[in-house]
Order: sequence, then structure tokens, then C-alpha cells
Amino acid sequence: MNIQYLPVVAVSISLLAVPLIILLNKKPNLREAVSLLAGVVKLGCVIALVPHVLNGEQIEIVLWEFEAGLPIAFRVDGLGLLFAFVAASLWIVTTAYSIGYMRTTKSKNLTRFYSYFAISLAATLGVAFSANLLTLYLFYEALSLATFPLVTHNGDGEARSGGRRYLYFLLTTSIGLVLPAMLYIYGQVGDLNFQPGGVLVDSGMSQTTLLVLLLAFVFGFAKAALMPFHGWLPGAMVAPTPVSALLHAVAVVKVGVFSILRIITGIFGTDFMAQVNWHEIVTWVAAGTVVISSLIALSQDNLKRRLAYSTIGQLAYIILGASLLTDRAVTGSSLHILMHAFGKITLFFCAGAIYVASGKKYISQMVGLGRIMPWTMAAFLIGSMSVIGLPPTGGFVSKWLLLMGALDARMNAVVVVYLVSSLLNAAYFLPIVFRGFYVPGDDPTKPVKMKEAPLWCLIPLWITALISIALFFLSDTAIRLIEVFLGVGV
Amino acid sequence: MSENLPFLVIAAPLFGALVASLVGWARPRYCYAIAMVSLAAGLTAAIALLVKVSGTVSGYEYRLGGWPPPIGIQHWVDPLSALILVVITAVAFLAVMSARANLQLELPGKERFVYPLMLLMVTGLSGMTLTGDAFNLYVLLEITSLSSYALVAIGRGRAAASCLNYIIMGTIGASFYLLGVGYLYLKTGSLNMIDLRQIMIAGDMHGSQTVITGFILITVGFWIKMGLYPLHGWLPNAYSFAPHAASNLMAPLMTKVSVYVSLRMMLSVFTPDFLAVHALWAQTALLVATIAIIAGSLIAYSQTDVKKLLCYLVVAEVGYMAGGMWLMNRAGITGTIYHIAADAFMTCCLFLGASGLIASTGSRHIRSFRGATRRMPWTFAAFLVGGLSMIGVPPTCGFFSKWFLIQGAIEGGAWHFVAALIFSSLINALIFFRIIELAYFKDVEHEDDVSHPPQVQRNEAPWGIRIPLFITSVVIVLLGVFSPRVINWIERFVDSVGVT
Repeated sequence: MNIQYLPVVAVSISLLAVPLIILLNKKPNLREAVSLLAGVVKLGCVIALVPHVLNGEQIEIVLWEFEAGLPIAFRVDGLGLLFAFVAASLWIVTTAYSIGYMRTTKSKNLTRFYSYFAISLAATLGVAFSANLLTLYLFYEALSLATFPLVTHNGDGEARSGGRRYLYFLLTTSIGLVLPAMLYIYGQVGDLNFQPGGVLVDSGMSQTTLLVLLLAFVFGFAKAALMPFHGWLPGAMVAPTPVSALLHAVAVVKVGVFSILRIITGIFGTDFMAQVNWHEIVTWVAAGTVVISSLIALSQDNLKRRLAYSTIGQLAYIILGASLLTDRAVTGSSLHILMHAFGKITLFFCAGAIYVASGKKYISQMVGLGRIMPWTMAAFLIGSMSVIGLPPTGGFVSKWLLLMGALDARMNAVVVVYLVSSLLNAAYFLPIVFRGFYVPGDDPTKPVKMKEAPLWCLIPLWITALISIALFFLSDTAIRLIEVFLGVGV
Repeated sequence: MSENLPFLVIAAPLFGALVASLVGWARPRYCYAIAMVSLAAGLTAAIALLVKVSGTVSGYEYRLGGWPPPIGIQHWVDPLSALILVVITAVAFLAVMSARANLQLELPGKERFVYPLMLLMVTGLSGMTLTGDAFNLYVLLEITSLSSYALVAIGRGRAAASCLNYIIMGTIGASFYLLGVGYLYLKTGSLNMIDLRQIMIAGDMHGSQTVITGFILITVGFWIKMGLYPLHGWLPNAYSFAPHAASNLMAPLMTKVSVYVSLRMMLSVFTPDFLAVHALWAQTALLVATIAIIAGSLIAYSQTDVKKLLCYLVVAEVGYMAGGMWLMNRAGITGTIYHIAADAFMTCCLFLGASGLIASTGSRHIRSFRGATRRMPWTFAAFLVGGLSMIGVPPTCGFFSKWFLIQGAIEGGAWHFVAALIFSSLINALIFFRIIELAYFKDVEHEDDVSHPPQVQRNEAPWGIRIPLFITSVVIVLLGVFSPRVINWIERFVDSVGVT
């Protein structure tokens, strides 16, 4: 098969699975098998692309010519492939996890659930492979709409208000900010392709215009949850845990930061953006988000909400790194998409496993839980370490690069922000583990009986935990992919 | 034969109207078949016409009865009018297809009045699109309007009062237009559109007070006819109290054809150069359009009656086009013309969907959408396609018209218009997601029942409404997917009239 069709297959395979999923409505085992199979094919396509991209091959395909010079097209590069790998591999794990979680919690409407899940993944990979801003925008919007039924899956009043907020935030910002900014650039420059060095260099736009455009994109891609457009994320935690795990720790939010990375590297270009006056605003907003969200996370008792605020902080890490515009910082922030994804999804899986096994949602109830659910809590520790950035987990590598990048940029204040936030991360995660293992539960006299979550939950969360560790040793390929993309050696 | 196609497009529904009214006395149930056959003939002729002009740039002239222009009435077929003609006949075909199911529920026994009136209205609309004569246009405008007054008046309840309002406003609008044409005739001595244009250019009359007055009268006349806020007062009541069968036909087409004719006057009679001289007009029109969009959207948001809500959405959409045509750049005009086509199908889809909903629930309150995803999944899904297109979600056609309109507005520096377009997309999103919520969620107020959900009764709209509704929703997507070709087609026209 011609190599350029691989991205198309990778995107559309999960769409093709949807009719099958619907047809197998009455046969749950087969239905989930279809999801898993589509996931494996998807991941296979992505992995098959890796060697080609590392060789520096151009893989490009035009799907549909919208206007002369403005096609809907895919182009595979290192950054996109890295992101596609994260989304595709975690879809498989999450599907396995959903089987355990959704069946144990006796959720209804599972056919709808798996169908929209598959559509969301198609949209996510579409974003990853987009060759230009228009394509990215279309898949971005498709993702917002496809995830709405997932967020509101429970169908109660809480889900309704969470879903409402979710959609209002995302649509207002993308239609209100990104669309006009994109149209303005298209009108002025006539080119929306992502390309190294950006498209705006010779546009002759005034500094003010450039800054307005930059901010419109950075805030307009509200999936990145940069403050003050973060409010939808904690609200969206009403979704079932597999949804929160994959979509709100990985796919949806990472699509946000990925889009901003694309804007910075492909539309503005890092060199050109450095010449825009006041572009440091992005840095400071991101830095502020890192610190504030970590502080808010400390005060949350609901575990999923704490994870949500932690996610907001970690997303801001990525934007902060990209906004520093040095090679190492951009590499670090791209890599953090990968590292944080595996760490955070482990934590979400653990939160879900705890809920499934014990019905506990609040951290204050989790005292002594380590003795009841040692495997889950151990995985929670690994996930926490990766998010905090401790060796031997993958999070350390990306944080190290981010720190080095900040030093390259001579931004000592940013170095301090990174360090303080790492401390805060430790402060809001480690006590959960500590109190789980070392503080006795409600009634110390009662003998402790182990009661773990079902294996369908436990195995996936250990897979992601182990990958988090493996990534510490195997980060080379990922870094090489980013280097190919940036055209540099770190 | 093929040079008589323009005649066929107009004659088919006219002839159908005559036959239907005659046959209707004896056998009212044949009216539907007659109407469908004549509309199908009209649609076929319109498509053939579209194929015929695809090779030409400026189109060709058709003389009714072979009379030369100053005496006879000249018709002009170019890529634009052929395109609009296909849209009109297609939407009319779909809307009338739904009429039988609606009339059975609503006005049984009135078939013999309704079908001929609807066919006459389509005759008028097609004629307005084709005619090359300013006075003939007035005549056709009145044919269209009179048949639509009658269609509104035939409804129940408050229809009569709404109709009176509609007649008064509609007549004022038509009089404005006639007065404007009178001024032009005074100055140029001609009523033929191409003649008018040439005389005005040759005689250097663009500065003349008479011509300017004529232009302003014509424009305001069409503003009333298209229902541009704040001259929209007649529209919501007339369209929401008319019988559903009639409003399904009127709402998508009446306003759109007025927009088309107004645009035709601006581009083909008065020329862009004339408009460029008076920059203040464009500013005023854009400001009015901006207000229309914002007001229409906000009022729509506050409605609880489904049909009223859709009517105010129409008011907002009219603002899109009334503003878009004054942007006077390539993207803006292209977007406006594309939106005429897109909005005709979108409005048709939404009105069909609403009438289907009302037919199966018996209520027109927005709450009757409750549980629609379970009770009437197919009807609701098709309705939703229209809604998503109103929001501007790709690949529906609504996205592409917004794309070009916003692009044109940015190019023209009309930032308030950009803001209004975006604002209206967002309000549309609010409106339709409120409906989705109602349709999709369990009843929160009766949450106790959730544990024992009652057996859901399937209650889809009648097939007579569902089939045209499905076709319309497919067309909306197809029009989006094939938008590059449609846009190309439109751009060819836009370039030919000298808009840059």
C-alpha cells in the first residue's frame, strides 16, 4: 500500500468501526472487540509511519480541495506523529479499561458511548495529521461536538450543566477567536499551511495585529485550558472516568496544546514570534496558570477535580515551554505531551478504579486505602512521580528539557515557576499515597481485607504505569521525532 | 426546445396552478399529484437550464413570444439566475411534497385552494429570477405576494390578523419599489434592466438626484420585502401563523428571492461603480444588517414557540445577506450568493422538521422536543442537520457561507459585521444545543421516574414530511461537500459583473 494513505487509514479506521459498533449493539463482547481491533489497526498505522518520518520523508495527501491553495490535507511530521502515537495507543488501553469500568458501574447506552469514543479518536488523529490550519480547525470542532455526548453520558442534571459549560466554553472561543483570526491571516497572506518559519514573516502586519492574532489563538484554543478559559475542564469531570481519562487528560486537552504548538511553530515560527513585541504575555499567562492551578488543586477534596486542576497546570507547562521559543524548551514541551499523557491517564485510571472498588470519590475518604488496594495505590505513586517529574519516570525527561530550555532563554523566573510547581505537584499528590499506605483506616482494630478493582481496570492502569517508567529509558525515539520536526539537534 | 427552457420553468407551475384549480372543484385529491408533476417539470427544466448556461459566461437572452426588448419582455439567463432558479424549484418541490401530510392534519378540505396558490407563488418567484424588465418584476412580485397573502389568510387562529399586517407592509414595500422604478423611468425612459444600465452609464446619470432617489426607494422596498430588521414586523407572525404547508414554502423562498432581486438590481442595473461612489450607503446598510443579525438572534433565543424561533432566525439570516451584498468585494458577494442557496435549504429543513415535530406531538412549544432522540430519532436527526448548518458546523453548507461572508467582511474592514456574524453563530449554537439537551436528556424534573423508564413510544413524523426532510438534510451536506464547485460557479458570475 502506498505510504501516503496510512494517515488516512489511521484517521478513518475508527470511523469505519462505528457502523459495526452500532450493529453489534446486542453483543457487548464483540462490540468491544471491534473497538479494540480498530485501535490496534490505528496504532499499527501510526507506528508504521515512524521510520519514514525519521528518514525525513514527506508524507502528504490532499483529501479535498476547498479553494485553490487551501485544501483539506494531511501531512505527517514528527510532532504530529508523536501526538498520534499517544492518542492511538492510549485509546486501546482506555477501551480495555472502559470494559471493566463501565460494566462494573452498570452504565447504560454503551453502544453510544463506544461509537462517540471512536469518532472522537478519528477527530484527534485528524488534528494530529493536519497539514494546515483550516484542516486542524475542522477536526478541532468535530472533536468538541463528538465529545459532548461522552461528557454528558450520565444524562442527569449535573451532566447536563457540565456539558453545557463544556460546549459553551469551547465553541465560544473557537468560533469567536480562532475562526476570525484564521480568516484574517488567510485574507492577508493567502496561506494557512504549517511550515517551518511560519507564514507570517513577510506579511507586513503591524506588531499590534500580530500580538492580537497570537492571543486570539492562544486563548481561542480553549481546550488547552489556559486561564481564564479553564472553567470547562473541572466541569467536564462529571463524565465517566474513562472519558475523563482519555479525553480530558489526553485527547481533548492535548489537542488544545498541540494546536497552540502548531501555531507557534508553523504559523508564527519560533524565530519570528521572538520578534513580536509583548509575546512574553503568553509566557506570563502560562506561568500564572501553572502556579494558580497547582494552588487550587491543593484545596480540592474530590480526587477527579484535583486531577483536573493538575491537568490545567501541566498543560500550561507545555504552553510555557513553547512560548520560551528555544529549541530545547520547545522539544521539552512537545515531549511533555507524551510523558504527561501516560502519567495522568494512570492517575485517572486509579481514581476510577478506587471509585469502582470502593465507591470513594473524595480524598478525605481515602485514608488507609493503600492496604485495601495496594496495586492501585502503587500505580498511583508511579503516575504521581511522572507528573511531578521524578526519575525513573518519563516525566523527568521532559521536565529536565523544559528547565534547560528556560535556562537557555535566560528566564530565571520561569525556572523558579517550574521548580515551585513541581513542589506543589508533590504536595498535592504524595500525601494521598502516604496517607493511603501509612495511616490506618477508620477502624484500626478491624482486619484489613484486600479489595481491588476488577482486572479489566487493574491491568490497563498498570500498563500505563509501566510505560511511564519505560519512557524514562526509551525517550530517544520520541526526542528524535521532535528533532526531525524542528530540524535541530538537542 | 432547449431555447424555450426559461419559458418552461415559469409555465410549468403556472399551468399546474390552472389545472389544479379546475380539477380541484371536482377531485380535490388529485391536486397534490398535479402540483408535484408540474413542480418536477419546472425543476427538470431549471436543471437543464443550468447545464445549458454552464458553458457561457454572460448567459443568454430569451424573448417571450419572440418580441424584441423595448416592446416585449426580455428574460435573461446567466449562471447566477440559473443557479437561483434551481434552488427555488428544488426547495419548492421539497416543500410542496410535505404539504399533503400537513394539510391532512391541519386544513382538510382546503387542498383545492392551497395547491394552486402555492404553484402561483412558485411561478412568481421563478419569474422574478428570470425577468429582465423592471416593471415585469413588479408584476411578478405582486403575483408572488398576493398568493402568499392568501396562503397566510387561509390559516386558523391569528392568521387573519397576521395576514392584514403582512398585506399592509408588503404593499408598502411593493409601492416603494414601484415608485423607485417610476423615478428611473422618468429619467431614462426605459424599463428594461440592461437598457437602464446602459442609458445610465451612457448618459452619465449616476450623479442624478432622480436616479439616486430611485435607487434608495428600490432598496428600501426590498428591505421591507425581505424582512430586514427593523422592517421585519410582518414576518414572524405571517410565517408562524400561516398553515405549515404554506410556511414551509414561504419561509425558505420569499426572503431569499427578494435578496436575490435586490442584489441583481445593485449589480446588474446600478453597477458596482455607482455604489462605490456613495460609500455612506454601504456603511449604513452594513450597520442596519449588523443590528438585524444581533436583534434577530437575540429575539430568536428568547422564543419558546418553535416556529416563532425559526422565524426570528430567518430575520437574522436576512441580515447576513443584506449586509453581505454591501461588502462589495469578491468574497462578500460570493458568500452572499452562496448563502442564498444555503439558507434556502437550511430554512426549508428547519421548517419541515418543525412541522414534522408539530404533526407528531401536536404542540409547537419548544418543550415538545423533550425526549425526541428516543421518540423520533430520524426526524430529529434530520432537523438537527439544519440546526448544525445554522451554527456553521462543517461539512454542512452553513459553514462555507459564513467562511466567505466573514472573509469578505474582514477584507472590507467591517469589523462590526464580523462580530455580528460570529455572535449569531454562537447564539445559534446556544439555541440548538438547548434543543439537543431537551431532546437528549432524561426529564430532570421527573427524575424519580428514571429508574423505571416508561416504554418509549416511537412517534416519528409522517412519511409525507419525513421524506422531503431527509432529502433536504442530505442536500445541505452535499451542498457543503461540493461547495468548491458551487463557489467556482458563483465566482464566475461575480467576476463577470466586475466586483473585485
